[in-house]
Amino acid sequence: MSHQPVAVVGVGQTHHKRRRGDVSIAGLVREAAERALEDAGMDWGDIDAVVLGKAPDLFEGVMKPEMFLADALGANGKPMFRVHTAGSVGGSTGIVGSHLVGAGRHKRVLSVAFEKQSEGNAQFALGGGKGGSIGAGGAFAPFIRAYIRRSGAPEDVGWKVAVKDRLNGAKNPYAHLKLADITIEKVKESPMMWDPLHFLESCPSSDGACAVVFTDEDGAKKAPNPPAWVLATAMKSEPSTFAGRDPVSPKGAHMCSQEIYDQVGITNPREQIDCAELYVPFSWYEPMWLEAHDIAARGEGWKMTDSGATALDGDFPVNMSGGVLSSNPIGASGLLRFAEAALQVRGMAGDHQVPDAKLAIAQAYGANAQFYAMWAVGSTQKPLG
Amino acid sequence: MPRTENDIAIVGYAISPLVRRTEDTETLMMLPTVQGAIKSAGLTKDDIGFTVSGSCDYLSGQAFSFVSNVDAYGAWPPINESHVEMDGSFALYEAFVRLLQGDIDTAVAAGVGKNSNSDPSTLYTIEMDPYYLTPLGADPWSLHALQYQALLESGKATERDVAEVVARNRAAAKDNIHAQVSGDFDVDELLAADYIRQPLRRHDLPPTTDGCAAVVLARGKRAYDLCERPAWITGIDHRIEPHLPTLRDLTTSVSTTQAAKGAGAGDGPIEVAELHAPFSYQELILRESLGLDDQTLVNPSGGALAANPVMVTGIIRMIEAARQIMENGKRRTLAHTTSGPCLQQNLVAILEGDA
Repeated sequence: MSHQPVAVVGVGQTHHKRRRGDVSIAGLVREAAERALEDAGMDWGDIDAVVLGKAPDLFEGVMKPEMFLADALGANGKPMFRVHTAGSVGGSTGIVGSHLVGAGRHKRVLSVAFEKQSEGNAQFALGGGKGGSIGAGGAFAPFIRAYIRRSGAPEDVGWKVAVKDRLNGAKNPYAHLKLADITIEKVKESPMMWDPLHFLESCPSSDGACAVVFTDEDGAKKAPNPPAWVLATAMKSEPSTFAGRDPVSPKGAHMCSQEIYDQVGITNPREQIDCAELYVPFSWYEPMWLEAHDIAARGEGWKMTDSGATALDGDFPVNMSGGVLSSNPIGASGLLRFAEAALQVRGMAGDHQVPDAKLAIAQAYGANAQFYAMWAVGSTQKPLG
Repeated sequence: MPRTENDIAIVGYAISPLVRRTEDTETLMMLPTVQGAIKSAGLTKDDIGFTVSGSCDYLSGQAFSFVSNVDAYGAWPPINESHVEMDGSFALYEAFVRLLQGDIDTAVAAGVGKNSNSDPSTLYTIEMDPYYLTPLGADPWSLHALQYQALLESGKATERDVAEVVARNRAAAKDNIHAQVSGDFDVDELLAADYIRQPLRRHDLPPTTDGCAAVVLARGKRAYDLCERPAWITGIDHRIEPHLPTLRDLTTSVSTTQAAKGAGAGDGPIEVAELHAPFSYQELILRESLGLDDQTLVNPSGGALAANPVMVTGIIRMIEAARQIMENGKRRTLAHTTSGPCLQQNLVAILEGDA
């Protein structure tokens, strides 16, 4: 690609909770943005443009909230842009922000994504604003059952993902759920929500926001902390449903990661990528994405989970931050994945740092597992040499 | 100036029927419009590098309304695609930036809006600050009456000036096959009409419109393969202002002036300007903020007063400005989009044809 190099030099997020009653929506996004600016060594005046992402406006009941959030995000007199691509929106918000720098439109761009789910009824909105919503778990459970039948995976794989991600989340000061005492037994005994998904295999409903500051090569040199280089970005969409589509291992997911790998020169994802933040709102999506993104062979993804390869100390750590299973402010969840990948290659992930991470990928998906946003970030512009 | 591989042009477009109410869904409006735009550039869907649309859940009345619109693109095999909760002209902006990444050379941007589903006077109250303004029931008629009144009190315009804007747009719209409202109107008769919110009269408001529009963009040399006379986007910028109307001078549009500067509007004469002024008097504010004089023909299409499919009206301005170059031989035109209460956010694009 002919665009110029783009660096992440600031990452910020809120403390995620079931209900952040202490702040307004404006206060929530500002909390994340201020942390990102502090990390970047910048002030509001340094930012040239703001990109805002969130899932449906029906979640909070505010139409086009970027209009009233312009003030809180210091956007007055600047370009302000609003992205909405369902669950993948956090990822898209990061990608659009990075492209503004890559295209040379701006020197410093702030991407912010949020959801304040406690202000509305997410379950109602997930059903399209109509009654009788089956929710996301109800929509994805049939795909998960099909995956289990195809792969022959043992039933405890989902429980293991739930435990692993919550133990990672317990190391993340910003995570909504910090379940340091979670066990396989507790997951198994928790109420069945959407067979085979138990309560503890499902994501929480969170208030939260995430912010990322992008800049160019020159800006990266001046940044107080190490940059993460955006090595590749991709977005793919496919129809919700039709006879030729495989919702268990969607072609869009496969194509999206392949595009990332081609841009970076990744030929052996499992060996060359140091860690991954994948959008796993329900436990079984970990092995499903490992396969769809060619990190494991078809039918083999569950073996990586089962063997502990995806644990923080495994050979391919997945969801070091605790993932969507530990915090899920829906519109922000994608950008949280992208931001964690950046923190990892910057060596700034604290207690959930993968030692010496040089190349990380992040993914977000949305709607009926049909929208995909991914990026790869590196500690250098050429982490594979 | 010779074009480079980083120059991007509008090379094709389509506009759906713009009507008070269609029984079609957004997806049904989009399918022939998006495919029609692609066909107008001599392409098929498989030739398109990136697709992006603008629409609004609250207009269609359901969350994730844009998800089913993917069906209008023929998104199989899966495509590079995005969506903005903004007017289609901002979708065009995302496509423009995406093309600048350099790996693709064609893109489609669309806007779709099914405005007939909702009552604007209740719907747009929830576009306001949810803690302070929405509970007041601050509806668009009241807010825009305040802005109009501020304009009158500033002495910059009279009610007669504004009625002349209405008469001129409706007369111009007689030649626009997409116009909902057009015809010859007497200014004195317009001024004799009752107020709905003083000083706003019904004819100062835009019609309620369902519709869709799509454009095809091409980068570099590819534009000449697809279009005899591409409309090059030589500048495009957008800016936002404080949300609270009380924090702004409502008689001017600072963000429009900023966006015009960013787009390089002042670098040459502008032959035609298509302004997104859904409330009649806003055209006068925009003319002044853009520094337009009598040398510029404003809204030969009849503008938003002729048809106003919200989320589409801005990208239609882009198409109308591009048509002046592609079909009418003009050299330099301007397209403008507004969003939010009392002109809070504005986008300006400059389009140019080759000599």
